[in-house]
Amino acid sequence: MKAVTRIQGRAIPFGRRNVDTDVIIGAGHLKTITRIGLGRHAFETVRAEPGNVFDDPAFAGAPILIAGDNFGCGSSREHAAWALADMGIEAVIAPGFSDIFAGNAFRNGIAAIVLPQRAVDRLLVVAADHMLTVDLHIMTVASPAGDLYHFEMDAFRRECLMAGHDEIALTLAREPAIRAYELRTGT
Amino acid sequence: MSRAPRTLYEKIWDSHVVERAEDGTCLLYIDRHLVHEVTSPQAFEGLRLAGRPVRRPDLTLAVADHNLPTTKRVDANGMRLPIADPESAGQLAALEANVAEFGVPYLDADAAEQGIVHVVGPEQGFTLPGTILVCGDSHTAAHGALGALAFGIGTSEVEHVLATQSLQLKPSKTMEVRVDGSLGFGVSPKDLILFIIGRIGAGGGTGHVIEYRGEAFAAMSVEGRLTIANMSIEAGARSGLFAPDDKTFAYLKGRPMAPHGEEWERAVAAWRDLATDAGARFDRSIRFDAREVAPIVSWGTSPEDVAPITASVPEPDSFADPERRAAARKALAYMGLVAGQKLQDVAVEHIFIGSCTNSRIEDLRAAADVMRGRKVSASIRQALVVPGSGLVKRQAEAEGLDRIFTEAGFDWREPGCSMCLAMNPDKVPPQGRCASTSNRNFVGRQGPGARTHLLSPAMAAAAAVTGRLADVRELIRS
Repeated sequence: MKAVTRIQGRAIPFGRRNVDTDVIIGAGHLKTITRIGLGRHAFETVRAEPGNVFDDPAFAGAPILIAGDNFGCGSSREHAAWALADMGIEAVIAPGFSDIFAGNAFRNGIAAIVLPQRAVDRLLVVAADHMLTVDLHIMTVASPAGDLYHFEMDAFRRECLMAGHDEIALTLAREPAIRAYELRTGT
Repeated sequence: MSRAPRTLYEKIWDSHVVERAEDGTCLLYIDRHLVHEVTSPQAFEGLRLAGRPVRRPDLTLAVADHNLPTTKRVDANGMRLPIADPESAGQLAALEANVAEFGVPYLDADAAEQGIVHVVGPEQGFTLPGTILVCGDSHTAAHGALGALAFGIGTSEVEHVLATQSLQLKPSKTMEVRVDGSLGFGVSPKDLILFIIGRIGAGGGTGHVIEYRGEAFAAMSVEGRLTIANMSIEAGARSGLFAPDDKTFAYLKGRPMAPHGEEWERAVAAWRDLATDAGARFDRSIRFDAREVAPIVSWGTSPEDVAPITASVPEPDSFADPERRAAARKALAYMGLVAGQKLQDVAVEHIFIGSCTNSRIEDLRAAADVMRGRKVSASIRQALVVPGSGLVKRQAEAEGLDRIFTEAGFDWREPGCSMCLAMNPDKVPPQGRCASTSNRNFVGRQGPGARTHLLSPAMAAAAAVTGRLADVRELIRS
């Protein structure tokens, strides 16, 4: 996996709450047997709305998405994270994420960044005119307008993102411990 | 040795820790892994590219469910009929090639045991108390009904479990949902879980594992508990748990993959310890009385958008939170509903009885009890009953339920996920309105533009009879 440390660019001010993974990528696109090419099908039902932010040329190729609370709820489909990655999204900022989606995002090199609702509300406004910078080293989101927000991130996930670790290889190195567990429990 | 009192969740977690890191991340052993065709192809591809085998095929079970059409699967000679959609056919073919290549046990698409992964697991005794069970599907929470710690995972984690039989995880917080008293006449487990989601919100359980406790859950059948645990994810909780009891053991005894003989006796003795200790603390606790719960229907596009069938469509301005007000306005526009409109005046054209939430034999019996001697309203365009597995279907046919449904005007189908998620030919057309026993009323979930009202099997039958959302209590009283 590609290592991610600093993400800088425009941020799509989406802001909607309870966005489920069916909205991120509809079930009609889950029949693929590869991980690539889903970006053009992302947010189809939102893109059907006139004037939606995803089709605003100002945000074309933006690496950051700002969303509302409980982003990525519903289905566990990793296709949602694949679709965002395929769009070029490297960070999603929201007041909260579904547990499964947050894990899927990290495993695909997307930083799921939790900030308080008030900070997110402010960034939704700022993003209309400014780029944002997400720095995983110092765990901040900053704007040229002077905004600076600190976020917390699970240390293991942050390390995996920044080093671009293959999590399976890390676990396979623990094989003797797994084998010992199986022997101990008769599994 | 005395130790601090622990919750059921903590007991199962602790007994599966392979290694614990300083920051609290644990390498957890996974006892059971269910695999289906939609979230596994990229995982098997990953193994293939890295030259890795499936570590424990014997702890893995695969079955296809999401893509399969629910129409006839074999011809008069028992030959498999082709799947018309080439992509669906391709995904099934990929699963069949992958299980053959990696030696994973597989329930064939034509086998009587085939069905929805979350119906099949408990039915086969693959799901057992005290185990950790995962599947690349969020409704894996269902298996918690049997006292398994069960949760949905993404495809990268599917690959991780296939390769290592373990996952790197941090413990969740614990939430107690305690319901005392008993459910009223005509009120089912589905109504109760929709009520709970309405109370705590679609994200209210995020970061938590719910344990369901109290009289209402103790009195509930294992199948009712499966409905409840299944929808834990709709409140944001990754998992829902019930402490196993005599009902659980009676349900599991004799199931093909459950322990047998002396092994069974030893297993039951161990399972009896799987309960939250007196004095154990939950991070959060909510309590209410089952008598507060009426038959429920959803009116919006999130499972938290629910109301009793006797209520009206809410005014968006009645919500305190501005985000919720905006969401409700959007939801009503999508649903084609007007604030203040009586829910019982809402006409529906599609009925779906099925899904991993409500496709077990008790669900079909509940719906059949309402349909007996009645007809599907002439205003209904499509009414489907889709049993959760081939074995459920066979049982229902032995009880004559299929005839009750077909004589009433329902289609009686082959098992699968069907109209729950628009991945197979069973879809609700744009702007079509469906009374559905499934679990998600998301925008486009049952098909582009489709409008979903979540409800119980008995309530779906009442909607079929009347052609609108209806209070089943009025039909079964008369």
